[in-house]
Amino acid sequence: MTPPHVRATLGAAACLPLLLGAVACATDSEVEGSGGENGAIDVTASDDSCSLSRTDLDAGPNTFNVTNDGSRVTEFYVYAEGDRIMGEVENIGPGLSRKLVVDLPADGYEGACKPGMVGDGIRADIDVSGEPAKDLSDSAELKQAADSYERYVQSQTGALVEKTDDFVAAVKAGDVDKAKALFPVARTYWERIEPVAEKFGDLDPAVDEREPDVEPGSEFTGYHRIEKQLWVAGDTKGMGPIADQLQTDIDEIVRLAAESPLTALELAQGSKNLLDEVATGKITGEEDEFSHTDLWDFKANIEGSKAAIAAIRPVLEEQDPDLVALLDERTAALETELNQYQNADGTWKSYDELSKAQIKRLSDAVAAVSEPISQVAGVVSESV
Amino acid sequence: MGASDDDREGGAVAPTGIRRRTLFGAAGAGALAVGAGAGYLARGSADAAEHPVADPDAVPVDFAGEHQAGVTTPAQDRLHFAAFDVITDSRDDLVSLLQDWTDAARDMTAGNEVGKFGAVAGPPVVPPEDTGEALGLPASQLTLTIGFGRTLFAKDGKDRFGLADRRPEQLVDLPHFSGDRLEPAICGGDIAIQACANDPQVAVHAIRNLARIAFGRASVRYSQLGFGRTSSTSEAQVTPRNLFGFKDGTANIKLEDTDTVEDFVWARSGDGPTWMDGGTYLVTRKIAMRIETWDRESLEGQQGIIGRAKGSGGPMSGGDEFEPLDFAANSRDGEPMIGEQSHVRLAHPDFNGGAKLLRRGYNFVDGSDQLGRLAAGLFFICYQRDPREQFVRIQNNLAGLTADLMNEYIVHIGSGIFACPPGVGSTGYWGESLFT
Ligand SMILES: [Cu+2]
Repeated sequence: MTPPHVRATLGAAACLPLLLGAVACATDSEVEGSGGENGAIDVTASDDSCSLSRTDLDAGPNTFNVTNDGSRVTEFYVYAEGDRIMGEVENIGPGLSRKLVVDLPADGYEGACKPGMVGDGIRADIDVSGEPAKDLSDSAELKQAADSYERYVQSQTGALVEKTDDFVAAVKAGDVDKAKALFPVARTYWERIEPVAEKFGDLDPAVDEREPDVEPGSEFTGYHRIEKQLWVAGDTKGMGPIADQLQTDIDEIVRLAAESPLTALELAQGSKNLLDEVATGKITGEEDEFSHTDLWDFKANIEGSKAAIAAIRPVLEEQDPDLVALLDERTAALETELNQYQNADGTWKSYDELSKAQIKRLSDAVAAVSEPISQVAGVVSESV
Repeated sequence: MGASDDDREGGAVAPTGIRRRTLFGAAGAGALAVGAGAGYLARGSADAAEHPVADPDAVPVDFAGEHQAGVTTPAQDRLHFAAFDVITDSRDDLVSLLQDWTDAARDMTAGNEVGKFGAVAGPPVVPPEDTGEALGLPASQLTLTIGFGRTLFAKDGKDRFGLADRRPEQLVDLPHFSGDRLEPAICGGDIAIQACANDPQVAVHAIRNLARIAFGRASVRYSQLGFGRTSSTSEAQVTPRNLFGFKDGTANIKLEDTDTVEDFVWARSGDGPTWMDGGTYLVTRKIAMRIETWDRESLEGQQGIIGRAKGSGGPMSGGDEFEPLDFAANSRDGEPMIGEQSHVRLAHPDFNGGAKLLRRGYNFVDGSDQLGRLAAGLFFICYQRDPREQFVRIQNNLAGLTADLMNEYIVHIGSGIFACPPGVGSTGYWGESLFT
């Protein structure tokens, strides 16, 4: 259910609903019949006149398209009381158009064209009215989204604890083959919900830090320390305490996660962060540099990101169905690209077997999803 | 620039100077002033008030026109060139990409930020539409010029966009030229975009934002930075020097010579498909120079190889820079003063059936290689009405070890050929004629 105020806000705030609200803006100005594409105000400056397509504006960012029809270089200003400059665009040559966006709170202003760029200019009054933007507050829909994601996190943390226990047991038993097989499996659950863990300061690095990132004076611990021992040394020597610590840290993260679930906005950011993880660490093969099991993590990050989007989906569908369609399409393309490297038994190809061209295609597919996903938080913040 | 600069630096309180501070004050108090205005904040409007026509970099190059800008536009000093692979098979996606690119190109070439809210006026929880590194910089004569590669029309025998039968004959597969050492990763591309500006930051900003807009639809195949335009395209410009230290572009086609431009640069009605009427063909070659070896060549040797004097740029047959080349002139020992294997002779229209090119190449230095040698050269760019009659013909004349003596010092490592559609109006999009 959409709370009634969602629609009301969209209508009243006109150009306020931010980036993706550009669509809503255009619709509003059409309804008002006030001209100017996307609700922009057309300013036509000549050598002796300055005309605005409309002067009654809604509070918030307003776009002025200034066209110089005169013969001299001109400029355009928006002044508040006392000639306080709210925005200006200079050096508009004859025949040229320039754009100015100014965020205007409700008040009285003056627009001024200055042919020859001197003097007080030719002025027109501008009235700005309407509500300021609403603060992001809890809506029922966003609460539902957060709850839905919370259920997902719980399902994953359960498996994370279980598989990490198995992994730790294999390490402590000195069973190298079993530990190697369990390493990417346990990490799958970790990588799906990493944005949750990122909230808890030192715990994330203790669990998942890579060797080059270890700060001088601190110890290299966690999954990747054990990974190095397993793949480089081929044994589990000295890994007992590291494995125990890993288990403790994981248990602690799971406990903390249950206490402070992500908000809808955080999980929108989280869905982006998961893909950023892929784009920075996985795509370069740095994440699992010893085991080359990066594709396991890669897949898990994408699944985690999808789960976050799925939780917010009703809000997204309501606010920006085009964005949802684009995300679906590009996510599907990314999965098709990725899934060709999965073996019949569900394991994944070693990352060092991929060619440069294959990695570039994966990278392109990740970037393709990442750009629209970076807009999701905006839609969420708008949906109040 | 003179007094006005000093005034500004010295903090002289001109009335407009106060105004400038007021603006920053207002912004600090919560007002957001972005868009075109922001492009000039740092440059001081005191100048503008005293000199109504300010710095030419502040007056944008018109994006709209019969032909694309960036071809005969007086060559700017900096280049960021990018070749893209289209990674969607959807014709609709390709068209929407070209539309989105055109919108952004209109914004950026006018000195505006990309998008509705630009770099700083948008909502705080989403990434800014414009990446922001050109804030405070003027348009800097930015031009953006697009071209379509052969693979856009058909790739690996696949007609992805229903364009296969629209490929112009002029858009040939360049033949192998003797001595070529082409690296596939820096060749070809479905679409090329040339960004030229007088400020490298502005050119880099342009390609960066276009690449970002393209994610999911097109992917950068390679890009190249260039500096120090290596040719003049206007009589108003001084002839610059290439990294061999020679004036380059003395005899280039100049925009003022409109007949030559019409004859050699723009595709006309009847030349090829009508969608290319008013367009042009772009050939790029990344040419690595063996700088250290060249620097050990004697002055006499260098001048003989080029066929011009290093200092004045005048022909070895005598005279100043713009003196016509006299290929018949012989020295006392009976040898031609402009050698038969000299670069100017072999590249000259007289030895190429009258063919000319409009060149607008750039120097590049990609740092140094692992042996400490400068990884440098010339990113050669030329525009023409028909590459078969122009670039291919001339390059065949130059290529090969028995031809141009300069070949000992250069190697072609990258290559591209693109059909650049005609210009766009104040509405419409790049390449619209190809899709309608
Ligand atoms: Cu040459």
